[in-house]
Amino acid sequence: MYILIAGGGKVGSNLASTLLKMGHEVTLLDNDRSRYAALEARFEHVARYGDATELFVLERAGVERADLVVAVTGDDEDNIIVCQVSKEKYGVEKCIARVNDPRNQPHFDMVGINLTVSATATILALIEHELPAHELVTLLDLRRENLEIVEFAIDSGSPAAGRMVRDLNLPGGSRLISVSREGRAEIAIGETELRPGDLVMAILEPGAEEDLKRVLMPAAV
Amino acid sequence: MKLLIVGCGRVGSAIASRMAADGHDVSVIDDDPEALARLPEDWPGRFIQGHALDLDVLIDGGIEDADACVVATDGDNTNIVIAQVAQKRFHCPCVVTRILDPARAAFYSSLGLQTVCATSAAIETTTQAICATPGRTG
Repeated sequence: MYILIAGGGKVGSNLASTLLKMGHEVTLLDNDRSRYAALEARFEHVARYGDATELFVLERAGVERADLVVAVTGDDEDNIIVCQVSKEKYGVEKCIARVNDPRNQPHFDMVGINLTVSATATILALIEHELPAHELVTLLDLRRENLEIVEFAIDSGSPAAGRMVRDLNLPGGSRLISVSREGRAEIAIGETELRPGDLVMAILEPGAEEDLKRVLMPAAV
Repeated sequence: MKLLIVGCGRVGSAIASRMAADGHDVSVIDDDPEALARLPEDWPGRFIQGHALDLDVLIDGGIEDADACVVATDGDNTNIVIAQVAQKRFHCPCVVTRILDPARAAFYSSLGLQTVCATSAAIETTTQAICATPGRTG
């Protein structure tokens, strides 16, 4: 594959070296002179100097034949522009962008950049996973499939406690996947009974969250 | 008319001053509090200090019911993203964006943004001025 990486910081340079080892063709773009000098010493012709949001820089780096563009600069606007231009002007099918400030996530979504990576969001999700869950916690967002996998805890006030899965009036577009209890998980089937303390995983279409909460969680006080 | 201006530099502040003098309801956003000094001393409109990529700042600036929005910060990419937010998310009926790079201005204009490229204008005017002179031999 030919992979174009915008941004030669820690993320970009480590990606480049791993992808090169895997046998891919890589170009690593950075527009900071001193950083470029270090990249050039390490990666030789793979490193190129230039602002990846400049169309001529992208063109000279061969964006039109890129199988994948990865935008991992420290600037969210730049990452958005690199991906949007690569996709919409040069027809690159796959673009991956780094989200530096999670508050900018809606802007990436708005312009159709659906493969994003945010360190803050990932760490937050891990923390939420470790904390007692009083809310639906999104474990995995399958944007392309328009599905998400969530986790929640059943507590004693839950209207679902003590009931079997088949007796729950689950909203359309949702299914329970598994129930874990005392460290052991089993696939949720119709006969599975939910008990207080259970951790339940569910798959659902975005938008079904509120209906699912009504079935599984105590009414908000 | 209700107008929101993002970026209070030379361009943004001049448009803001002119539109406010014409009696329009103008709000200005800039992340530098010092930028307020570019507006007239008796500035009648609002000045919001903040980064316009922050949706709350845009909403505070009145993007939801603005008739027009001018995006003129000093960053092309920032302008392009903010303009798309104003147009696609808040459905502002008139969004005009300053983009210094002619290539990006042309591409985003093809995507439906109303772009103003001072660089292209300068290139055009300068070339015309040169071509219009007869030169030493004429």
